[in-house]
Amino acid sequence: MNFETTIGLEVHVELKTNSKMYSPSPVAYGAESNINTNVIDFGFPGTLPTVNKNAYRLGIMVGLALNANIENHTHFDRKNYFYPDNPKAYQITQQDKPLGHDGYIEIEVDGQKKKIGIEELHVEEDAGKNTHGNNGYSYVDLNRQGTPLIEIVSKPDMHSPEEAYQYLENLRKIIQFTGASDVKMEEGSMRVDTNISIRPVGSDTYGTKVELKNLNSFNHVRLGLAYEEQRQAAILKSGGTIGQETRRFDEKTGETFLMRVKSGADDYRYFPEPDLPDYDIAPAWIEEIKASLPESAAKRRARYINELGIPEYDAGVLTDTKEMSDFFDEAVSYDANPKLVSNWLMGEVNGYLNEKKIGLLDTELTPEHLAKMINLISNGTISSKIAKKVFKETITNGTEPEKWVKDKGLVQESDPAVLKPMILEILDNNQQSIDDFKNGKDRAVGFLVGQIMKQTHGQANPKVVNKILMEELKSR
Amino acid sequence: MDYMKETIDSLHKKLSDKELTAEELTKQTLTEINAKEDKLNTFITVNDKAVDDAKKIDADGIKGPLSGIPIAIKDNIVTNGIKTTAASKILYNFMPVYNATVMDKLDKAGAIDIGKTNLDEFAMGSSTETSHFGTSVNPWDFSRVPGGSSGGSAAAVASGQVVAALGTDTGGSIRQPAAFNGIFGIKPTYGRVSRWGVIAFASSLDQVGVMTKRVEDSASVLSVIAGHDDHDATSSEKEVPDYRANLNKDMTGVKIAVPKEFWQEGTHQDVLDNINKALESYKKMGATVEEVSLPTLKHAVEVYYVLASSEASSNLQRYDGVRYGYRAKDVKNINDLFVNSRSEGFGSEVKRRIMLGTFALSAGAYDAYFKKAAEVRTIFIKEMTNVLKDYDLIMGPSTTTPAFKIGEKVDDPLAMYMNDILTIPANLAGLPAASVPAGLAEGLPVGLQIIGKPFAEQSVLNAAFALQEENKFYEQIPTALKGED
Amino acid sequence: MISKDEILHVAKLANLKLQDDEVDDFVSQLGKIVNMEDNLASVDTTGVEPTYNMGDTQTVFREDKGIHTQTREQMLENVPETDNNLIKVPTIVDKEDDE
Repeated sequence: MNFETTIGLEVHVELKTNSKMYSPSPVAYGAESNINTNVIDFGFPGTLPTVNKNAYRLGIMVGLALNANIENHTHFDRKNYFYPDNPKAYQITQQDKPLGHDGYIEIEVDGQKKKIGIEELHVEEDAGKNTHGNNGYSYVDLNRQGTPLIEIVSKPDMHSPEEAYQYLENLRKIIQFTGASDVKMEEGSMRVDTNISIRPVGSDTYGTKVELKNLNSFNHVRLGLAYEEQRQAAILKSGGTIGQETRRFDEKTGETFLMRVKSGADDYRYFPEPDLPDYDIAPAWIEEIKASLPESAAKRRARYINELGIPEYDAGVLTDTKEMSDFFDEAVSYDANPKLVSNWLMGEVNGYLNEKKIGLLDTELTPEHLAKMINLISNGTISSKIAKKVFKETITNGTEPEKWVKDKGLVQESDPAVLKPMILEILDNNQQSIDDFKNGKDRAVGFLVGQIMKQTHGQANPKVVNKILMEELKSR
Repeated sequence: MDYMKETIDSLHKKLSDKELTAEELTKQTLTEINAKEDKLNTFITVNDKAVDDAKKIDADGIKGPLSGIPIAIKDNIVTNGIKTTAASKILYNFMPVYNATVMDKLDKAGAIDIGKTNLDEFAMGSSTETSHFGTSVNPWDFSRVPGGSSGGSAAAVASGQVVAALGTDTGGSIRQPAAFNGIFGIKPTYGRVSRWGVIAFASSLDQVGVMTKRVEDSASVLSVIAGHDDHDATSSEKEVPDYRANLNKDMTGVKIAVPKEFWQEGTHQDVLDNINKALESYKKMGATVEEVSLPTLKHAVEVYYVLASSEASSNLQRYDGVRYGYRAKDVKNINDLFVNSRSEGFGSEVKRRIMLGTFALSAGAYDAYFKKAAEVRTIFIKEMTNVLKDYDLIMGPSTTTPAFKIGEKVDDPLAMYMNDILTIPANLAGLPAASVPAGLAEGLPVGLQIIGKPFAEQSVLNAAFALQEENKFYEQIPTALKGED
Repeated sequence: MISKDEILHVAKLANLKLQDDEVDDFVSQLGKIVNMEDNLASVDTTGVEPTYNMGDTQTVFREDKGIHTQTREQMLENVPETDNNLIKVPTIVDKEDDE
């Protein structure tokens, strides 16, 4: 029996705002416990929500980037459930009139392009965080409570773990390039819930859905889904049935384990939030947001290839993250050669980041400094060898390259009037090398250049040195 | 000083003329409260900082009309640093760290928060009998309820403990106790007064209002507490008139509609007689009175109890023992904490409404109850709006009977709910409505209800003022209090 | 009519524990109330939009400025038990839901 897999993903993304979705408390990752909370976040009696305009704007931005239709008449709804990190015991969300619906993104698997539908996306508030002691107590921190979220619900259009992986990669990239979110799985600003079912090929009803949890990276999503595909197929082949359940992915074993069996649908008693009025989202506002949408990764990639002459592969790497792409664009704006900037970013810079295991924005390097350094090489002011020193200095200490090179006396010596007397003196003291050269031993040249470099502390322009040296050797 | 005779204006004059200091007035008010408290049980908490607050007012000088005037606050309005309980065990120790917007406005106007008045638990009731802190009693007859849920505020005003009190009105909680106590009470248009800091019962129905013996005093207080608030997305941007300055009793050409459905079966004959007498007075003053019909009124109680209870069931979920208020002891895990804190912390009427609301919102019941009620609400609002297209005011009795006996209806929730049929319409439609004393039935006060167009509080106040000036009901001293003297 | 099972289910949703006699009371009282509510069915609401919120406002937004309106100390003042500025609660049973 052959099976067809059906996968649907629900992705929660934290929006990058100054304040919370329904309260003016500041939003910050990793802050001290309960420091960014107020009476609204604590669900105090008598408090009321107010809607963060910027959060809604960012939501629309994401919706537009996902090719969704933006809803013009909407309202908010309450989703009721008790949990210690959910202070009002309801979450304010958008249930029956979501911010956007019927979008799609394109993915490419094995060279095949495919559209994955977006059922809907809506804004809502995040919950706080619980931690658990071994002493019979748990602990609640409400800093995260109220952080603006956008939930993106895909259509069940994915049929393999790889498609799900590509969908997530693309989704992350698209959202990141809008600037609406950091979309960092490791900081929880992007979270993924997956549903997977399988059915015999040709069947017209879906199989029983299983929900997977604890998927902390895209790779875990791929591995968990792949395991689940196999597990479900094995059960069906042996004549068993799939239970409607939630399973936990174990990253050590790569297997999934039963968390709990779902007994019917949860009853969240959704109803329209009476503390908020209806919302009219003006078409003019949507147009304004559309006009302000930052250039997407795909568009930037095309521009790098077509306008800047960057090779396709390199253009792909440069547009893998918004930070890298922004960095590249800015460096190029300082009149540095795009190809050289690209080479440096993909070579030395990425090497440095990988070695230190840090991100581009965690270093002291600025696009302006990188551009200046590259221009110092291009105009012959410094050698590539010195450039490595300059690079290390500027990426670790943020030093301005032009000034540093001058102060440290690292400017390349290219003046023949300075170099020639030095070369003559070295030749005079190394008759043996001259003899060797005459006898056809090219090695001798290298030795002599080395001597000159030693004397000039590596600052002599190798091209100029070579030219003078060869002239002199031939004339002796 | 005698609150039976004083008004905010007369007190303001004495304070301005330095005949009286705010400190003296506050101390005398506290004496009045203490003298009657054993009998009436109108206050849950008396503000022990009130005298200090008054001293500050004296030091700063008397300014606006409310400057230095002690006002009682219903205990479901959040007061920074003063215990706020909503008359529930689940908030028995709750100490707010912020102020309701109405409190900020009163503070700014220089009013003194003299204390927190009793109410039905979470404002759910018509008698104050569901209060965790015991029932308040009616100053006209100590064996009777003061009405509810703002029963503490109403009895405090009627008994002369204070000149004015804030109440809240979700289905009649200002107007019904105002009627039962022979005082004036007004519930403004939904959105006229900010709900920020008002402990939510039913968010689409709740509104803060004022209770005073005299209409002009409510006008003064309402101008202060009304107005837009950034904290409340449902609060209106409309300008707030100076209701006190604009108050007039000219009823010439005012068109009054009297829905025939307001004459409920079983309405007390004396109530009917008093209301008819009031309507006759209006005619004499130059108003026209005509009968109209609100056919959907018969479903108003049904609509109200589904919607109010549904919203309440959600609004009251936050009382879970985690962050504030009552926390159950000896629990093994979080689920027990939720269940035990709530089961021990809520009284039976609150539980009944939570149960009804949770049911109405639950899968399978939502369409037939919650959604259906919301649709019938639309029909009912349209009926009210249509009447108000042709008429300036809608009038009728505030209640079908005068104050009932303590314990009389406490075990019959349906009978208790039916009490509210006359007051619910204004909440369902979000309209301004008031109750003004119209006479006595078997020695107990009767209230005339006046409902106005959206944001036409001035017309409601003016009509009430006209009747007040005609019948001078405020000159009457509540019977049971007379017996005390 | 509302059954005992329905009452127990609703109580569970509402996180309320009912004593046996309370369950019977609720079956009878809520039953009566629900019967009254069934009168709503007689109203023809074809094509009628429900009214869920009131007021004359629409599309009310707040500008995105992060501000502290209370201190942490104020926020924790009412918490029955705290530990290290966290709210301390009896152990959470379904920990799996935490992310």
